[in-house]
Amino acid sequence: MLNFMENIPEIPLAPYVSKFTSWISDTFAFLFDPLKNEFGDGLEDFADMLAAVPPVIIILIVALIAFFISGKRIGLASFSLVGLLLVWNQGLWEELMLSFTLVLVASLLSIVIGVPIGILMSKSKAAESIITPILDFMQTMPAFVYLIPAVAFFSIGMVPGIFASLIFATPPTVRFTNLGIRQVSKELVEASEAFGSTGAQKLFKVELPMAKPTIMAGINQTVMLSLSMVVIASMIGAPGLGREVLSALQRADVGTGFVAGLGIVILAIIIDRFTQSFTGKKRV
Amino acid sequence: MSIIKVEGLSKVFGKNTKQALKMLEEGKTKEEILKLTNSTVGVNRTSFSVEAGEIFVIMGLSGSGKSTLVRLLNRLIDPTEGKVYIDGENLAAMNKKDLRRVRRTKMSMVFQNFALFPYLTVLDNAAYGLEIQGIDKVERNEKAKKSLEMVGLGGYLEQLPAQLSGGMQQRVGLARALANDPEVMLMDEAFSALDPLIRKEMQDELLDLQETMKKTIIFITHDLDEALRIGDKIALMKDGSIVQVGTPEEILVNPANDYVKKFVQDVDRSKVLTAFNIMKRPETINIDKHGPRVALERMKEEGISSIYVTDSKRNLKGYVTADDASLALKADLKSLVTILKTDAPTVTKETLMNAIFEISHNSTVPITVVEDGKLLGIIVRGAVISALAGQSEVNRNHA
Ligand SMILES: Nc1ncnc2c1ncn2[C@@H]1O[C@H](COP(=O)(O)OP(=O)(O)O)[C@@H](O)[C@H]1O
Ligand SMILES: [Mg+2]
Repeated sequence: MLNFMENIPEIPLAPYVSKFTSWISDTFAFLFDPLKNEFGDGLEDFADMLAAVPPVIIILIVALIAFFISGKRIGLASFSLVGLLLVWNQGLWEELMLSFTLVLVASLLSIVIGVPIGILMSKSKAAESIITPILDFMQTMPAFVYLIPAVAFFSIGMVPGIFASLIFATPPTVRFTNLGIRQVSKELVEASEAFGSTGAQKLFKVELPMAKPTIMAGINQTVMLSLSMVVIASMIGAPGLGREVLSALQRADVGTGFVAGLGIVILAIIIDRFTQSFTGKKRV
Repeated sequence: MSIIKVEGLSKVFGKNTKQALKMLEEGKTKEEILKLTNSTVGVNRTSFSVEAGEIFVIMGLSGSGKSTLVRLLNRLIDPTEGKVYIDGENLAAMNKKDLRRVRRTKMSMVFQNFALFPYLTVLDNAAYGLEIQGIDKVERNEKAKKSLEMVGLGGYLEQLPAQLSGGMQQRVGLARALANDPEVMLMDEAFSALDPLIRKEMQDELLDLQETMKKTIIFITHDLDEALRIGDKIALMKDGSIVQVGTPEEILVNPANDYVKKFVQDVDRSKVLTAFNIMKRPETINIDKHGPRVALERMKEEGISSIYVTDSKRNLKGYVTADDASLALKADLKSLVTILKTDAPTVTKETLMNAIFEISHNSTVPITVVEDGKLLGIIVRGAVISALAGQSEVNRNHA
């Protein structure tokens, strides 16, 4: 048996994948290059713009929003206030804005891509059975594996970070959208149809509103996964708090690493609470 | 005129529908077909028609195919075979666009668990069908408000459904169905989720509304009492087939087979049978022609102690007793006018037996059944009792 295995030559899987990847990056260069350049520049500009706003203003606005979305309680508001002031105080404000930009753009793209795919899955059994294993694959692969094609397509910086994040973080939004729509009570769907709704009317007036809390829970997960990519993406040169953690790691500088990590945690908690508040739990 | 006409309508759930249909033709039962083909017969070759303005009740035990049948009528479920004509158009063969038009304008549905949209206000819920049609906000809110007022919810427009009781929620469901002024309303166990008292209230309300609206209503229920209370016609279903269609009385009085007989044997007949069913032809005398002598003779012949008096046009005038008649005879009176009594208990032919029972208990003379002042018949006490006991023959063909 062992002999038998020795007689079979090793299948050149790795070279194939490499070849395939470089084929894609060559063939779609016309697409990737402007993404890499213009989109990348746009992202940096956006982060710069945020950083140009006096931090006090942003901090106060965030605290104010926190106050209102938490039902006028001061817990989240005061946490946001103190946490963000601390990040500012530690001289990490610009990095925070960069990380926030990465999370924001990656999450928005994930949602824009993920929700329609989820809708498609909910409407078609065939689509569901094709897409589900792909989602499983995307989520079980270690996240930094996606860095390799990301670099191949977009070299280094924020854009490949967002690309890797898309692959890694989109599945929950897709899954929860599908689940949310499939869970809508059959009678409600029938009611919509019985009054003569078109497919689109049914979707937008009944299914999506009913599925909204579930979809928002998926989006919340997507955002948190994007955030976890902040550190991983720094390995391919995405700027921000993650890069501080990484360089501290390389210098075995515990203190700096901890402070940058704390910045990420603060960002994570604020984003998590903010997105959770949109899940519509407050409405009966 | 019939507004709905169903011809050979069948629905088989599962993969082997063709095979299952063939087996149905061969007379195999639903159970056998399930075993042989793994397909479930939902509705089995039903044909019936529904007249405009009537309440057509489809009744049967759970699983007998009622929900499937009603969903075939607006094609929420596609039929396996057969035709459904609404106003002469065959719904089963319609394209999607026409189907939407029919659903929007001709028929609407009320659901067992209300199926209200929890994120919309009562007003927006009621306006849903109109919104779907693209009617502008001002107009649809006005119409929705009107139909909410009809069901007594004019003061709850801005509430969310979850803030209302079950009965009120179903009123919203009713208002939503009424708002686009359909010809046909489909109600699938619309009151089954409500507790008995509320349920009865809703039945009464539906009947009240129906007085003025004159919609065609297809009402599904598993409850015979409910069916008898509100149905103009009842179709009884078993294993996907319609076993009998008829008026409530026909079903009770003239069950088509043992299944129906068993189904109806526990029914409280007093709530169903009317004065018309148990009245008999009265012995009368004519006040214009006859005097005390004839009255007395007639009573002796029939062995009764009082007799009803009409005029030549059968208008009820009153009654005379044997005692009064013989006194009048002794006094040599020629006319009945002076001894005529007018306190006879009177009902209409629609009066239900449970009401008649009360009256007959307190009365010494037979109850009169009167329409437009004319005497149609009388009800003697014994007739009430024996009809309640289900022993007597009763009159059919309630006009
Ligand atoms: N979607 C479905 N798939 C398979 N079988 C069904 C489906 N819907 C109903 N049935 C079957 O069809 C029969 C009739 O069901 P239904 O119309 O719901 O009865 P009812 O409303 O009288 O309780 C039952 O045997 C039920 O199991
Ligand atoms: Mg049912």
